[in-house]
Amino acid sequence: MFSTFLTALRTCVVTMVLTGLLYPLSVTGLAQLLFPGEANGSWVKDGRGRVVGSALIGQGFTREGYFHPRPSAAGSGYDGAASSGSNLGPTSLKLKERAAAELERLRRENPDVAGPVPAELVTTSASGLDPHLSPEAARWQAARVARARGVALERVLNVVDALVEGRTFGVLGEPRVNVLLLNLALDRRFGPLPDAAPGVGGGGSPGQGAP
Amino acid sequence: MSSPASKPASLLDASLLKPALVDSLRKLHPRDVARNPVMFVVWAGSLLTTVLVVKDVVSPRPDAAPLGFTVQVTLWLWFTVLFANFAEAVAEGRGKAQAGALRKMRKDTTARRWKDGREERVPAPDLRKGDEVICEAGDLIPGDGEVVEGIASVDESAITGESAPVIRESGGDRSAVTGGTKVLSDRIRVRISANPGDSFLDRMIGLVEGAARQKTPNEVALHILLVGLTLIFLLACVTLVPLALYSGVPLSGTAVVALLVCLIPTTIGGLLSAIGIAGMDRLLRKNVLAMSGRAVEAAGDVDTLLLDKTGTITLGNRMATELLPMPGVRMEELAEAAQLASLADETPEGRSIVTLVKDAYKMRPRELQAHHATFVPFTAQTRMSGCDLVDPKPRSIRKGAVDAIVTYVHSQGGTAPEELAHASGRIGDAGGTPLAVADGARLLGIIHLKDVVKGGIKERFDRFRAMGIRTVMITGDNPRTAAAIAREAGVDDFLAEATPEAKLALIRTEQGRGKLVAMTGDGTNDAPALAQADVGVAMNTGTQAAKEAGNMVDLDSNPTKLLEVVEVGKQLLMTRGTLTTFSIANDVAKYFAILPALFMGVFPQIAPLNVMGLSSPFSAVLSAVIFNALIIILLIPLALKGVRYRPLGAEALLRRSLLLYGVGGVIVPFVGIKVIDVLLGAVGLA
Amino acid sequence: MSFIGWSQILLFFALVLAVTKPLGAYLFRVLEGDTRPLPRVLGPVERLLLRLCGSADRREQTWVAYASSLLAFSLFSVLIVYGLQRAQHLLPLNPQGLGAVGPELAFNTAVSFTANTNWQSYAGESTLSYFTQMVALAWQNFVSAAAGIGVALALARGFTRRPGPDGQKTLGNFWVDVMNATLYVLLPLCLVYALFLVSQGVLQNFAPYSQGVTLEGASQTLAQGPVASQEAIKTLGTNGGGFFNANSAHPFENPTPFTNLVQMLSIFAIPAALTYTYGKMAGDTRQGWALFAAMSVLFLAGVAAVYAAEAQANPALSAAGQVAQAGNMEGKEVRYGVAASALFAAVTTAASCGAVNAMHDSFTPLGGLVPMVNMQLGEVVFGGVGAGLYGILVMVVLSVFIAGLMVGRTPEYLGKKIEAREMKLAMLYVLVFPLFTLGFSGLAAVLPQGVSSLNNAGPHGLSEILYAYTSGTANNGSAFAGLNANTPFWNVTLGVAMLGGRFLMMVPALAIAGSMVGKKVVPAGPGTFPTHGVLFTGLLVSVIVIVGALTFFPALSLSPIVEHFLAGAGKLY
Repeated sequence: MFSTFLTALRTCVVTMVLTGLLYPLSVTGLAQLLFPGEANGSWVKDGRGRVVGSALIGQGFTREGYFHPRPSAAGSGYDGAASSGSNLGPTSLKLKERAAAELERLRRENPDVAGPVPAELVTTSASGLDPHLSPEAARWQAARVARARGVALERVLNVVDALVEGRTFGVLGEPRVNVLLLNLALDRRFGPLPDAAPGVGGGGSPGQGAP
Repeated sequence: MSSPASKPASLLDASLLKPALVDSLRKLHPRDVARNPVMFVVWAGSLLTTVLVVKDVVSPRPDAAPLGFTVQVTLWLWFTVLFANFAEAVAEGRGKAQAGALRKMRKDTTARRWKDGREERVPAPDLRKGDEVICEAGDLIPGDGEVVEGIASVDESAITGESAPVIRESGGDRSAVTGGTKVLSDRIRVRISANPGDSFLDRMIGLVEGAARQKTPNEVALHILLVGLTLIFLLACVTLVPLALYSGVPLSGTAVVALLVCLIPTTIGGLLSAIGIAGMDRLLRKNVLAMSGRAVEAAGDVDTLLLDKTGTITLGNRMATELLPMPGVRMEELAEAAQLASLADETPEGRSIVTLVKDAYKMRPRELQAHHATFVPFTAQTRMSGCDLVDPKPRSIRKGAVDAIVTYVHSQGGTAPEELAHASGRIGDAGGTPLAVADGARLLGIIHLKDVVKGGIKERFDRFRAMGIRTVMITGDNPRTAAAIAREAGVDDFLAEATPEAKLALIRTEQGRGKLVAMTGDGTNDAPALAQADVGVAMNTGTQAAKEAGNMVDLDSNPTKLLEVVEVGKQLLMTRGTLTTFSIANDVAKYFAILPALFMGVFPQIAPLNVMGLSSPFSAVLSAVIFNALIIILLIPLALKGVRYRPLGAEALLRRSLLLYGVGGVIVPFVGIKVIDVLLGAVGLA
Repeated sequence: MSFIGWSQILLFFALVLAVTKPLGAYLFRVLEGDTRPLPRVLGPVERLLLRLCGSADRREQTWVAYASSLLAFSLFSVLIVYGLQRAQHLLPLNPQGLGAVGPELAFNTAVSFTANTNWQSYAGESTLSYFTQMVALAWQNFVSAAAGIGVALALARGFTRRPGPDGQKTLGNFWVDVMNATLYVLLPLCLVYALFLVSQGVLQNFAPYSQGVTLEGASQTLAQGPVASQEAIKTLGTNGGGFFNANSAHPFENPTPFTNLVQMLSIFAIPAALTYTYGKMAGDTRQGWALFAAMSVLFLAGVAAVYAAEAQANPALSAAGQVAQAGNMEGKEVRYGVAASALFAAVTTAASCGAVNAMHDSFTPLGGLVPMVNMQLGEVVFGGVGAGLYGILVMVVLSVFIAGLMVGRTPEYLGKKIEAREMKLAMLYVLVFPLFTLGFSGLAAVLPQGVSSLNNAGPHGLSEILYAYTSGTANNGSAFAGLNANTPFWNVTLGVAMLGGRFLMMVPALAIAGSMVGKKVVPAGPGTFPTHGVLFTGLLVSVIVIVGALTFFPALSLSPIVEHFLAGAGKLY
């Protein structure tokens, strides 16, 4: 019996070192060598070279001239350190009320748009960090963006269409638009929004990047 | 089969029903119910609902379920227990009727015990194993035993139904006597081989009555499955109470018990012991006494069957089928000699020669006396028989084994033609036995004695093969002859020139390959093999040693009975398996009857789950409970008769059973419950 | 439902089918055969590791010794993982300075990872340091999977070994099995797989959480860490404990539809392959394919049901016709869409993985029912790594028993007779699951400590309770995640459920192996029914469904089933 315990303890230590230390360290080493950009967060920069976030993580856009993402249940919204869904069930009164509030807001913000609202715009994602919208949900907001930026709707829609990602290999997942990349493209195409980046200068570059 | 043991009784004989009804009430005693955990749960549930009914009567609550509903459910729950008891009681009753017939032959008699050279009179039940008793003409043999001295003719019709008396003598293979049989002539000394209550008969009586019935291995395993399922459903129903509490669904104790009783496998649980008893009973009806239920079950698993050739595969006696004259001998000459040599030969072979000559060569048998003939009987030394004639001229006609006749012819100064060896070889190859016929120094020819394979035996072996059982013929013949007979009879394999040791070795080899072996035997030298075999059926005509070694005794001494034994064994398992499947499959419909009924009050939206469209929640629960109780009664005949066995391959059999009892088990209760619901509505009970 | 959605599902299944044979053959080679890859390099490593562990003699073990080794190993695993969490503030690689994990949570998490459940009462990014994630959790991700493979091998050996004249008693060596599974299977596959994940955008660094400013100028903190290395074993070992709270829905764990497909494939790969390995061990690959077929039938039925349910709109949201719903998108990521989310849910609950790429709590009632039923079937639909195989083999024992009776023979499987002792153990195994699931659910449903953690009211709240204990006992680890399980009551009861669901099932399984291994083998004849045909597969499926569904139908009818009808009627809570 004692020898079994001893073997168990020794095996614990050996496998722990092997799989808990050597393995993740080697993966990290190889990853930093082979795919440093991806391994460290897939950061994207704006026109001025400022890191404005990760291409993979959604952000909570609110300004009229930007496309708005889905509602988020991560923290107070798109909190990258508190990923979460709403976890509200189909018979939840809270869900219905929240969706109704979102709907009301969307109607208020997009008074010109008729027709039903695409579902993602009133539902939260699983992670609360969903960086994407369906092309329909982006197009649905295009009129507002165009008006706010004072450009023709057609031109905004062209930007949206250019950024639509299709299904991987033609079957996997759904067609989608990355909201951050879309808004960056808007800024590039039509110039940044006038009062963008209040009080954050070049020095405000976040401590993002390789460790 | 006309023995008292196989007295035909209709399935539900009216005379058996009344005591069975009484018994089912008597079996409500907790001690009896506790032996069957499934039914114990029903029993406890019934008790609980009874208490609830009493409580509701004494102090009615406004929110309680209607009293009519509670009372009816309670009644039907008790009926469920009673029906299960009834099934067992009926099976036991049938067994008891059989046992009663068996017991009649074991009237307690006074035995004449032989002790220290003196005879003393003691009651038969006082006899112990090893005692010796004296039996004379007119005495009933007081117990199972073995003849140690003397020879007697014994009337065994009481157990075998065969009215012709049999010879029992000390030594050899005919020394066993059974208690309750009657000595008709002479005097024998018998050594008693079983203590009272321990004889074959006693054990069999115990088995069919159900009292001494030990559960067979598969029954134990099935029992565990059923207990496990019961526990699972107990968990499901007990935990439903807090879950319903959370949901604000008021659950009455009666409804929960009703759900539980409907879900647990009461159908098979209630019929399980009846199936077991009925299996033993069926075997007894076939005049086979089994030492244990285990042996019967093992019979269903048999892979290899060892069968003695003589008496089992072939008719016990060989028959003359052909005469082959030697060159220069006329057929009439040979036929006449063969006939003369056999006229006084009363052995079946001898008679068959006379018949052959009469039928094939139109020669009427002649009176030996007219020829002043002297019959020369067969002896082990000469291995010949025949007759010596004086008139019209002295002749010595002999027939016998070829080598014996050749020696005889030589001794008379004659020679055997070369043709002889050739002809006798040919007969051997065909599975026959050559008998040579000589007239003095002159060898006339050969009689072809043939082993006659029993009619229909080939079909029986085909049936075995379809069951997946391999048949092996055991014979003392040489391999050539054995092969020919094996081919003709359609057995899968044979063991030629078999000795008891070779037989034993064969069984061990088969068992070493993981096979279960069954065999029949009667001689003392069969005893080791009978003991070694997984299923050993001893012939009742056999020795006591053989009977002791085997685990079944065939009262008819019919070796092909094994087929029936195997079928009974299989039937036993199949009946349990199919009813288990049926029982579990039933649960689907019961869920759809009861669950919507329980929750409908609080969640009327789940009405679509009431797929049967049962008229009201109370009627739904009640209908399910009633169906659950009635199905036990309805399946009693099946439990007693057993599922019909068909010699199909295992896969075809499984498909059939799954369709019939699995799919059928899902569908039947949907219909049944709906019908009961409609009837209840019509009668106005719910 | 759409054609393209079905195409994804069928493509996935085709890939599983394609992987089963080659991976299964490889597993047979390295776990049961004697030809291992790279003998020059890995051979010495293997011997060195075994010597370090003190099991260089590779002595064959009886079932008791095998089970003792498993239990001793798991005991130390729980203690070490507990200790590491409690002391994480003192240990390195904790850039966020996260404090020690509380005792109940640490207990729950230690049990959870040792039991291959990986239930998360915590949110990874706000609770655990990188060191804890790697050394404690990734480690257990490997070895709990390896231990599962070990138990499956032992049971398979029990059925398939042909005893010698004196009757075989041994089932292999636990330490050797764990080492072989880790060294030759899990580690090399994970190494490649983790790098693939990084190439797609999964993190792999030790940086502190990044404090950034968004395009609009708001501040946003992004959690970092060695994610990919853990993500790989999380799915390959059917562990399912995500690095982050949102698990495989988090874009840093599962960034693209492609990684999503590979993650699902990696969840099924080893459980599916083990069926082939089993066939090889039985000397008749059809025996393995029969198990694969039974699993596939149940799996595809589940996928179809959950996809059909999730493709429905939520009636509560489409009330005024104002919302265009292409399906139930609450709690789902746009990049996967409904089909890939439904598929993932079916995969992760069929196999006892528990990773999620969508929030099951927000599924439609029937969509949420399927994952629950998948687990309640006993995690035998491919199931956990190893656990799926030993689980379905226990179901085979039950099926063979019933089938055997129905053809009138003492039941036998692969020539070995199934008798009372095996039935007893199999029923014990089967009983454990409802005991913990329903027992604790009943308790939690009426205790204030249980009900106060619910995120949803009404029948859906009951679903959260039932799902939690089902997931814990099934060692799945996915959740109706609205439930706040990080309370002493939930942490302790779920911990107990996970322990019971793991070890009270493994030990009977090993005991069955021990009693089967020495049995004589009866050669098959026309009287024995084949255990590889369509018929037997169908019977096996029915037995699994009946044992699972009949047990839980009452509880389910008060939760998702009634909720389905209420949702249809527009009732909200």
